[in-house]
Amino acid sequence: MSGTEPPDDTRGGVLIEAATIGLTTGAYAISFGALSITSGLTLWQTVALSVLMFTGASQFALVSVLAGGGAVGPAVASAALLGVRNMFYGARVGQILRPSPAMALPTAQLTIDESTAMALAHYDRPVPRPALAFWSTGISVFVLWNLGTLAGALGAGAIGDPTRWGLDAAVPAAFLALLWPQITSRRLLAVAIISALIGVALTPVLAPGLPVLCAALVPFLFLRRAA
Amino acid sequence: MIWVAVLAGSAVCFALKALGYVVPRSLLENPTVALLVAMFPVALLSALLAVVTVGDGMAIVLDARVAAVAAAAVALTLRAPFLVVVLVGALTAAVLRGFGLG
Repeated sequence: MSGTEPPDDTRGGVLIEAATIGLTTGAYAISFGALSITSGLTLWQTVALSVLMFTGASQFALVSVLAGGGAVGPAVASAALLGVRNMFYGARVGQILRPSPAMALPTAQLTIDESTAMALAHYDRPVPRPALAFWSTGISVFVLWNLGTLAGALGAGAIGDPTRWGLDAAVPAAFLALLWPQITSRRLLAVAIISALIGVALTPVLAPGLPVLCAALVPFLFLRRAA
Repeated sequence: MIWVAVLAGSAVCFALKALGYVVPRSLLENPTVALLVAMFPVALLSALLAVVTVGDGMAIVLDARVAAVAAAAVALTLRAPFLVVVLVGALTAAVLRGFGLG
């Protein structure tokens, strides 16, 4: 084995890759569905989040800020700040796919980590298939993300007291799993540690949800230092 | 109240996705902006992680959740997939509570 395998440029290769990514995120959606119910959302609120918001980290953030007693404002703001990256994805994908006005809305809704990564990976290739890669991944993730959410929500609703099963402790585990691959430099590690300390230090003094929003100011400190 | 958060949050997140297709590229390609965008998720996820690990309303409570996060970290160093990491966290807390701890 020498490094990573080159991507399969055939139509079938792209579709298999898209289906695999969908299955992986579907498994991740099971935990979202379960944790959302544990956090006090109803089945329909949980399903609505996965269909309408359809961006994982923002969904986890909204649900856990609400579960911690946070108001609507901080919950929505936390989700929004985690969704800002999708705006940057849209700029890249828009350049490559140039969606027609009729396709603008579905294209925007399917603009997430996985579909963007696939569109970019299959753009600069001998046989470029960015549109196929984007749409097959976006649709595969959308379908399996929502099926997984439903399965997790129904499962969590069936087991009774969630703390007995440690489901409340699964929430921080999920955040750690989301965070882990993003710590790619010393600077990002420092941002992570200081943000965590600020979150804990402000918890006893600010209303729930606000400590997390205060941590959103930490990147500005590191911008100065780098400049 | 929860519905307001669900619908408003979804509307804002959709608007952000859609904005990427219409905002001038020069703004998004600014290196300072790009650096900030890379740091935002790390800052928010870290703060959320810390608060949901030791927070209980406005109190700080150390219980089985701390051990669950430590176990999840071990699973991550062993390259476990997302769902396994989450299950390891839940299982750790469930077992500790089964023994009357945390």
